[in-house]
Amino acid sequence: MRIGVDVGGTNTDAVLLTGKTVLGAVKRPTCADVSSGISDAIGALIEVCGVGPEAIDAVMIGTTHFTNAFIQRRDLVPVFAIRAGFPAGRGIPPFSSWPDDLKPILCGGSKMVAGGYEFDGREISPLDEAAIVDAIDEARAAGIRQIAVSCIFSQLNPAHEERIAALIAQHAPEIEVSLSSKLGRVGLLERENAAIMNASLRPLAWTITTAFERALQDLGISAPFYVSQNDGTLMSAAHMQRYPVLTFAAGPTNSLRGAAWLTGASEAIVIDIGGTTSDLGVLIDGFPRQSTVHVDVGGVRTNFRMPDILSIGLGGGSRIHEDAQSVSVGPDSVGFRLHSEGLIFGGDTLTASDIAVARGQASFGDPARVIGLPEDVVAKAGQAIATLVDDAIDRMKTSPQDIPMILVGGGAVLVSDMPRGVSKMLRPDHAGVANAIGAAIGQVSGEVDRIYNIPDGDARTAAIADAEAQARAQAVSAGAEPDSVGVVNIEAVPLQYLPGGATRIVCRAIGDLALAE
Amino acid sequence: MVTAITLDNIEHLAIGSSFLGTGGGGDPYLGSLLCREAIAKLGPVRVISVDELSDDDNVFIAAAMGAPTVMIEKLFSIEDQHRAVETLERFLGRQATAIISAEIGGCNSMMPVAYAAMRGLPIVDGDGMGRAFPALQMTSFNIEGVACAPLTIADEHGNSVLYQTTTGLKAEELARPVAAAMGASVCMSCYPMTGAEARRAAIPKTLSGAIGIGEAISRSNDPRAPIDRLIAVLRAHDYYKDAEVIFRGKITGLERDTSKGWVFGSCTVSAMNGPEQAELKFQNENLIVTVDGRLRCIVPDLVTIVDAETAHAIPTERLAYGQRVAVVGCSAPPMLTTPRALDVVGPACFGLTESYRPIASLSKDMI
Repeated sequence: MRIGVDVGGTNTDAVLLTGKTVLGAVKRPTCADVSSGISDAIGALIEVCGVGPEAIDAVMIGTTHFTNAFIQRRDLVPVFAIRAGFPAGRGIPPFSSWPDDLKPILCGGSKMVAGGYEFDGREISPLDEAAIVDAIDEARAAGIRQIAVSCIFSQLNPAHEERIAALIAQHAPEIEVSLSSKLGRVGLLERENAAIMNASLRPLAWTITTAFERALQDLGISAPFYVSQNDGTLMSAAHMQRYPVLTFAAGPTNSLRGAAWLTGASEAIVIDIGGTTSDLGVLIDGFPRQSTVHVDVGGVRTNFRMPDILSIGLGGGSRIHEDAQSVSVGPDSVGFRLHSEGLIFGGDTLTASDIAVARGQASFGDPARVIGLPEDVVAKAGQAIATLVDDAIDRMKTSPQDIPMILVGGGAVLVSDMPRGVSKMLRPDHAGVANAIGAAIGQVSGEVDRIYNIPDGDARTAAIADAEAQARAQAVSAGAEPDSVGVVNIEAVPLQYLPGGATRIVCRAIGDLALAE
Repeated sequence: MVTAITLDNIEHLAIGSSFLGTGGGGDPYLGSLLCREAIAKLGPVRVISVDELSDDDNVFIAAAMGAPTVMIEKLFSIEDQHRAVETLERFLGRQATAIISAEIGGCNSMMPVAYAAMRGLPIVDGDGMGRAFPALQMTSFNIEGVACAPLTIADEHGNSVLYQTTTGLKAEELARPVAAAMGASVCMSCYPMTGAEARRAAIPKTLSGAIGIGEAISRSNDPRAPIDRLIAVLRAHDYYKDAEVIFRGKITGLERDTSKGWVFGSCTVSAMNGPEQAELKFQNENLIVTVDGRLRCIVPDLVTIVDAETAHAIPTERLAYGQRVAVVGCSAPPMLTTPRALDVVGPACFGLTESYRPIASLSKDMI
């Protein structure tokens, strides 16, 4: 049996799964102290389900803690950055593009040293080990405990980054190291930024991991726990301690993956309706469609894998606005005050939830309180909600063919009319805890992003086979059951303005977590 | 009229030159960081019009050459740019008095600004393309008879190579493999001109044009949609005035193939609600767009795919299934559409069999 937990801004959800069956689900308020929210939720879950803690094989946790800490500039420590690649890249040093409010908190110094690789694998310069030792001494003298290491084309060959890590271990064993090649893709600044962000979060990652461990221990659960990454796959607790930045954007991914698992759908639009907003995403082969634009997190440019999500201002707490001509919905919301301000809960604000109850789509709160609402206001508000959903679906679809839609999240009752362009509406059981289910069913992945020299068609076939083999091997080393590993995405983009057929290949393989179940 | 480039309009220049990059030319982001750094340290860059150049001014080009995917790893430095220009200055025995962009589309719009800041020189409000093209010979300088050579390219290690070639086409053939051997992200200078030559051969007002386009796209206090603002600013411009949204929809097909360093490909955009489809072809830059088989815009007129919401240009390297986009077309600077120019930058130079027809005449056919 496995437990999935989603630590959201408002609620912490927990579900218990065995194989393909949901045994139970609970929701508890998220506490300021994240681990006690998790304790409450898991404690309630095992009590409700009547299982002993020894029956749990694994706990999977999705958390927004690190994203929020970074955005709010909380619990971050200064980082020293070492970049290998000199004399290339010297015009734009580390931290060049960072926001002014973050730089003083985070920048603990930087040094660019000779090293790095050309696109075809040649060294730009031999690694300057003496300069690296100087940099380590400089960081140490400044009392810095975190070093982020980047290297030009480390995606092609991580050897220089790894050598720098070895030098740091040798000269300053108390300093922790984050390598860019473990975190990002082609694009030095974005990958280096990811390594710096990661390094700044590592003390917090240690605190959180310890708190999670203690929470599980107190409940008598000795099973390992895993944490959701931004691509919907899992990492071990030990891995999260080293790479907390990989948890960014795990929330929407978990909700999409949960929706796919609950319905068995592999191609669908998923709409996750919360209290304030609705998030729409698209499932392709059971996985979220990825965003192709650069994503700024807290003002820092990154190139993480992120799901392509459209957020609209429609949720259970959205206010209904009436004027002489029309009725509109949101984008403002009473948010978490729905349970005191909504009409059906005894308040005096007309919300989307009141409309859903008035139309007979949902029965919660006190339905008597919406009986007197004018019929045309209810009808027009219902129409306005439908139009918002129709337009959002239009914007996410890629083909004119109708496509299934999956409704998840606490506000899923708001939608009752079949939206335009949708072939069927699926409202799976346990839709309210799809996020936690997405965490529970997380798989493990491997990814390769490198440049191959491809002079002809045979070389292309060989390069793709090599990328696939590497991605599979990485998935297995991350904990995947070897027989379950499959390649889910392969992309080959030739480099422009360059003779010789150099081609960038990105390949992702995913498999089930090897568990004794 | 823009008289100086300050910290405030660097981002506008980056956004506008991405649009004029017509899908190619590389991401201006890195260059914009160099500009920020240089202008913060050395102050704004004076912009002079082509007409302000005196006959004996020495106008030098600052440009990058290589593969965008490599550039985003190796980044740039102004000193390498300086070595390319300095080598040329030494060979010619004359010092630069003004800097000009070879192309205003993509990353080559930014480096010259950062470099002009470093040298304390003015930058000319003009360039050789008014957009982006993939090859060295495809410039108004070449069309108007200015020699591409002597040409220099410089890498980050201090190596520089000087070419004496007879034609722009030969310069392109010889320089590209050496640029790859030097690591595929190098700085260059070519088409050295006197003020008199630049006045005759440069396409004027494209730097201020790019800034204006970027400003229109990003102006957040304007209630019109970004795409409407984009079309309005193009229509008010001397060259880009025959501008329209040719198609709106989602990307539903994408093919790329590489040959001799060029990426040839096509992209299908499907209407949101309906069977209509637009087909684009590109060779690094977008070349031609047809809607349901009917020609709507063809090179050297500009075709750019922009994000449907933000109107920001999407380079061909970053096109992906499912993106919601608008295809925007507009007229090219008149210097690019003369019969002599079409021999250098016309459809046949990209292997297209269709003849050039101005976008305005193609739109008229639709009515």
